[in-house]
Amino acid sequence: MHSMFNSKKNPALVWAGVVVIGLALALVPFVAAMGGQAWVRVVNFALLYIMLSLGLNIVVGFAGLLDLGYIAFYAVGAYVYALLASPHFGMHLPFWLILPLGALVACFFGVLLGAPTLKLRGDYLAIVTLGFGEIVRIFLNNLNTPINITNGPQGITLIDPLTLGSFSFGKAETILGIEFSGPQKYYFLLVVLCLLIVALNIRLQNSRIGRAWEAIREDEIAARAMGINTRNVKLLAFAMGASFGGVAGGLFSAIQGFVSPESFGLLESIMVLAMVVLGGMGNIGGVILGAILLTMLPEALRFSIEPLQKAIFGRMIVDPETIRMLIFGLALILVMLFRPAGLWPSAVRKRELSGAQS
Amino acid sequence: MKPLLELTDYKVSYGGIKAVKGIDLAVNEGELVCLIGANGAGKTTTLKAICGLIKTAGGRALYQGENITGARSFELVRRGLAMVPEGRGIFGQLTIEENLAMGAYTRRDYGAIKTDTEQVFELFPRLRERRKQPAGTLSGGEQQMLAMGRAILSKPKLLLLDEPSMGLAPLMVKKVFETVRAISAQGVTILLIEQNAKLALQISSRGYVMESGAITLSGQASQLLDNPKVREAYLGEQAA
Repeated sequence: MHSMFNSKKNPALVWAGVVVIGLALALVPFVAAMGGQAWVRVVNFALLYIMLSLGLNIVVGFAGLLDLGYIAFYAVGAYVYALLASPHFGMHLPFWLILPLGALVACFFGVLLGAPTLKLRGDYLAIVTLGFGEIVRIFLNNLNTPINITNGPQGITLIDPLTLGSFSFGKAETILGIEFSGPQKYYFLLVVLCLLIVALNIRLQNSRIGRAWEAIREDEIAARAMGINTRNVKLLAFAMGASFGGVAGGLFSAIQGFVSPESFGLLESIMVLAMVVLGGMGNIGGVILGAILLTMLPEALRFSIEPLQKAIFGRMIVDPETIRMLIFGLALILVMLFRPAGLWPSAVRKRELSGAQS
Repeated sequence: MKPLLELTDYKVSYGGIKAVKGIDLAVNEGELVCLIGANGAGKTTTLKAICGLIKTAGGRALYQGENITGARSFELVRRGLAMVPEGRGIFGQLTIEENLAMGAYTRRDYGAIKTDTEQVFELFPRLRERRKQPAGTLSGGEQQMLAMGRAILSKPKLLLLDEPSMGLAPLMVKKVFETVRAISAQGVTILLIEQNAKLALQISSRGYVMESGAITLSGQASQLLDNPKVREAYLGEQAA
């Protein structure tokens, strides 16, 4: 990570890299569109998951707090957006107001759920956060009586797409002679936000707070003896992670146009955690890689398993959905066996797992 | 002279068990004082309570004339009360440099941190050689050096050392005690907690003997070294 972003070494090379990456990022939605707009949506989801996993990475990767209920903050962000920009309450507030608001509310919930867990570590923390995640989902599921707030299991429909003046991200449009579909427009917005979040993460990691998180992850008592206010620093990790989740949730609402509690189950939390762990806990590049792989891989399998079976056996033998999860699970096991620190591990994690005694 | 640290009728309990039963102890500015005693006497408990890592059950602790009972550890570090915990508490996966940087966490005078880090390297050349290595790969004695170096970097007025000689080879033990004396010579006030009574008393100016949660003896270190009770209980054959 460091060498990649070390601009002192060779500024020209760095700028060339930025241009190449920029061009590549700009071309992605058009390449994806060759396989159909569905692929552009998959790419968009990959970007949402990158935001989510970078948020969770702060909590799990940097501060070392195992959080199994992270998706609750995604849910909070999504519902804040959905409730304030849909016919459900008849409110249609602009996105530049409710997206930050969603982040703020998620941040508040991050602190609220983080505070009681401050003295817990490891397994105990995991169980409590798992409980919190479920509580949020169950609340969303049941808050339709006595007053209908969340519309219960039916969810909220007809959520406004992102609009800025007369420019709507939901509609196809021709700009400067290039035709942009709705998902392609969202793609560019998501990429910009993702880059912002990545930049923020890099800054955080190399900051005083980043070092404090690292110390807490290693040894909390020693961290306290260094003069680190462990309580505040841990809460800050929860809060920052949660607000990234909240932003991603709001975007999810706008892109989907529909939210329901079932999108925010335990499996989703585990999925995001798997992205962080598989990619390389604590390493921003690794986490991004994990998010991309785990979003793309199941989709790629979905599109390849059916034709493959038909080609080999002439008919469908196993339900593609079943075999998809099977292969997916196998892939996870293999990666953990052969690269326990993740596909692209952070330097510190690599040391941890290579058996340096402490 | 006003003491830098003063404990009066200081008590600490674990649940219903009284681990420290009301002790009086004082450390004056510039002094090197040791608190010796057998395993389970309550030495580490006393130190942890002073640092705010565990709760006090009664009595009073004054630091720089202010009551610090119930203060939180990170605040105390910011006020110049540093501790090297038992078992050293180094960050094993971080490099030696990163560990030292962590010691200076509360400071913002980055220029001075650099020169102070250099000074720590002067004191422990072995650490400079291995500055880029994860601290977990150091030997026990080197880890102790690192822990002390890290504590020095927080620019403490009062340094609490918990059993720095624990689990070290005899040669390393000597080196550790020499280092403690060197740090003291630089003007840092030190409260040293040790089981190795002889070496601890030899480098200290004053000493306290703790037994089952109470101070049973105290006085000039040289007198304690000659005290027949101390010789019998803590020095054994070493005294001969």
